[in-house]
Amino acid sequence: MQFSRQNKPHPDKDNDVFITCKKCNRRSKKSQWISHYYACPVCGKLKNISANYRLSIILDQGSIRMMDTNIMSQDPLDFPGYKEKLALAKEKTGLMESAVTATGKIGKQKVVCIVLDSRFFMGSMSDAVGEKVTRGIEYATKHHLPLIIFAASGGARMQEGIFSLMQMAKTSDAIEEYERNGGLYISVLTHPTTGGVTASFATLADITLAEPGALIGFAGPRVIEQTIGKKLPEGFQRSEYLYQHGFVDQIVPRNQLRDTLKRLLRLHGMNVKEASYDS
Amino acid sequence: MIRNILEQAKKVDAKLSAISSSAKKHTIMLTRATLDPSIEPEDDSSFEEIPALLEEERKEILHLQGLKSDLLEQCRNLTPADRVVLARLSSRPHITDFIPALFTDFFEQKGDHLYDEDPSIYGGIALYHKIPVTVLGHRKGSSVEENLSCRFGMPCPEGYRKAMRLMAQAEKFARPIITFIDTPGAYPGMEAEEHGQGEAIARSLAFMSHLSVPVIAVVTGEGNSGGALALSVCNRMLMLENAVYSVLSPEGFASILWKDASRHEEACELMKMTSYDLYENGIVDEVIPEPLGGAQTDPTSVYRSIDEAIYRHLKALLKMSPKEVRADRHKKFRKL
Repeated sequence: MQFSRQNKPHPDKDNDVFITCKKCNRRSKKSQWISHYYACPVCGKLKNISANYRLSIILDQGSIRMMDTNIMSQDPLDFPGYKEKLALAKEKTGLMESAVTATGKIGKQKVVCIVLDSRFFMGSMSDAVGEKVTRGIEYATKHHLPLIIFAASGGARMQEGIFSLMQMAKTSDAIEEYERNGGLYISVLTHPTTGGVTASFATLADITLAEPGALIGFAGPRVIEQTIGKKLPEGFQRSEYLYQHGFVDQIVPRNQLRDTLKRLLRLHGMNVKEASYDS
Repeated sequence: MIRNILEQAKKVDAKLSAISSSAKKHTIMLTRATLDPSIEPEDDSSFEEIPALLEEERKEILHLQGLKSDLLEQCRNLTPADRVVLARLSSRPHITDFIPALFTDFFEQKGDHLYDEDPSIYGGIALYHKIPVTVLGHRKGSSVEENLSCRFGMPCPEGYRKAMRLMAQAEKFARPIITFIDTPGAYPGMEAEEHGQGEAIARSLAFMSHLSVPVIAVVTGEGNSGGALALSVCNRMLMLENAVYSVLSPEGFASILWKDASRHEEACELMKMTSYDLYENGIVDEVIPEPLGGAQTDPTSVYRSIDEAIYRHLKALLKMSPKEVRADRHKKFRKL
């Protein structure tokens, strides 16, 4: 399966609609949003983006090859209403699961790229997600490729119970194997990264980057507030907070992500070419 | 003594720069007047006076330059206490100057990924003559706010754990490590103790001793106590001429031994802490010469000599196998 960069700014003015920013409530044209990689043109607040769009702004044009597109959730607990919700999510997003795995190139260096799509069940970890992520990592191990994971997750998928929990062990095992084989793993934490994903593969990277303003933590803020009976301070568990507390190497704006990844690949001795659609 | 010299040199420098700028202004005015005779002078002076003025200024500049070189000449025979003063100067180049001068593509890595980010340890990945290396060291900061946030280059356990995290990655990706040592010591604080300052330093020593990638440490300022050693278990230790390296700050040494911190100058003599003493004792492998009056008088030449020394040693070390690198380091410390 091959993707091209579909979401390029289109000059077609008739199709231009206005999108309102949830933070500053200002309306901007869609074409402007696109040229800012879906950061609010006025205040810079990031909008969540789909996994396919994410791949298209990171990898070289025309280099993307999807992997394991047929893996989907099995509903192991026969959870009431789950199948219907799954069908709805599939229809809405056009995805089979919240994890999208692909190989592609960054400046002609082949990489494995795994993206969690927060539109699909809030990127939660089902057994299918765990399986896809693990297979992606194993592929990278086998072919000695750099691994880049864009995490975005509400945590474990409650509808799959214990099977969801076990994915944490499975993916962490795969990462450890990958790293012991000397692979380079770059994790990019995007809004929101919480729960079982934070507590497994997302935080095991060699280099940990984060998008500005992303919520990153283990327990969600609502759970913490209920437990301790206190209101949490502004900015708690945001990227900047984690950065100050030494869990994130660098916070990288979306429009600099590709360049930063390129630089990191170069710093790890890979022959990264300038070129492709940057020009 | 050195303090007086530096103060005088500073005054001379200030005068020199004032006079040269006024000389420059006069030269420009003169050139303009020659090109366009109709032009009027900006101030009360007339163009006829300018050549005489310029001549005077030229003489004054020569005089001041002579004065300055005389002052620097006095820096030839520095006492250990003088070197301590030089090593601690805030105008001396620090790691934040060395990294952009010697490396390219620097990517800063932050945090120990355990508890906190300690700004007093600064480091990341960079290219050195196109070779990927991990570079790290103590950061003192150059303004007062930076000094405070970096605790004047005194790391907490989090700093050492961050350093270990960076070095573990260097080991994984077979990157040589270059460290810059410049610290008054590890941070003596309540929190630092609670978080295991001793353990963190010990762990760092043990960890560095078994690294299979080459490690080059450059002592650039003062290196005191375990706080400095924790980043300098290396294959080659290089040291700037006026840097100092010892078991403790001379003040601390004097107060422990004689219960009188004011006898620190006396302590400096006894402690054998200058680069030449350490070179004689076989602790330091090479002394990198500094310009007269200290590194701050001509940082560019210092960068050049550091670069030359690191490159030479690194080239030799890169020829060794990982096992040989480890054995080489073991040998260096075993004989001490």
